[in-house]
Amino acid sequence: MSPVHYVALAVILFVIGGVGVLVRRNAIVIFMCIELMLNACNLAFVAFAAMHGNLDGQVIAFFVMVVAAAEVVVGLAILMSIYRARRSASVDDANLLKY
Amino acid sequence: MREVLAAGTNADVIARETLFWILAVISVAAALAMILVRRAVHCAIMLAVVMLCLATMYAMQGAPFLAFVQIIVYTGAVLMLFLFVLMLIGISSADSIVETIKGQRLAAGLAAIGLLVLLALAIGHAAIGPPARPTAANGPTNLTGLSTLIFTTYVFPFEVTGALLITAALGAMVLAYRERTTPKPTQRELAARRLASGQLAPDPAPGVYALHDAADRPALLPDGSPSEPSVSAVLSQRAVTEAPRFVPLEETVEVTAEGGEREIAPSGRAES
Repeated sequence: MSPVHYVALAVILFVIGGVGVLVRRNAIVIFMCIELMLNACNLAFVAFAAMHGNLDGQVIAFFVMVVAAAEVVVGLAILMSIYRARRSASVDDANLLKY
Repeated sequence: MREVLAAGTNADVIARETLFWILAVISVAAALAMILVRRAVHCAIMLAVVMLCLATMYAMQGAPFLAFVQIIVYTGAVLMLFLFVLMLIGISSADSIVETIKGQRLAAGLAAIGLLVLLALAIGHAAIGPPARPTAANGPTNLTGLSTLIFTTYVFPFEVTGALLITAALGAMVLAYRERTTPKPTQRELAARRLASGQLAPDPAPGVYALHDAADRPALLPDGSPSEPSVSAVLSQRAVTEAPRFVPLEETVEVTAEGGEREIAPSGRAES
């Protein structure tokens, strides 16, 4: 199995995640789409590591996972506090700074 | 072991290709479903499917450690966190399908096609060769190779990651903390409130044992009408509760005995 197949799959998943971020309104779903994009990047990193026969790509993917975990923790905490203040998880309702 | 996997027989290669295509189709379909379904819980389940497919692909590409980290950290911890927050915010928080910005979906679709073409061109131009044999410098196994790299070449990023995780934990605690604006009610105040409310006993239990075996069925009062406070407020908010029809026993027996008709005549007294 050539790494190019894995990279192509990673590209498709990344684009799908990007569309989700652009289209969806629920902040939690947007977060999940960001996770999908990060996972697609990880898949590309692992494919490149397999292509070069060394483990650097896998180490980078590991770091991406750690950063994603930290991002989810802080992001969901922000979401919780927004929900407490505005009783809504929709990104349209967080418009206090709009005008 | 790795040499055997890397070399591979013909049947091995075919098995890998088959597995790849199955997993690719499943993961793309699940990702598409994730951005199409309305309920956030279904999105989380679809994301779990994608992550499990990717974990299998990591294992196929000689990254067993990452495959297990993917399952344990992502599918286990991160998705559970998502589900926790979903439960706190409200399970029924379905997305509205109304477009608030005119032409947003069309623009998003165009942007997606543009990005796809751009990335496809970049990959097409890049020279992505066949997988290389893992070198001896990577250590005897995947795990030892990874740990050697993390604790030698990447030791500084690794320590920065530790600082990042501590900062994230602190940030989450600060953000999720809510200061109490009113003093906490004492036991005496709670008792006085309960006496003033006029209801000393707890709420009645739902009619689980009466006709249906579910907690969303209200209990029936002696006159046959459904009792409102017997169903949890959460369930009645979701508007899935439906008051049971009160059917006297003798009427039921009569109808079934007459012509074998399954339909039960409503009594009219407790029509929902």
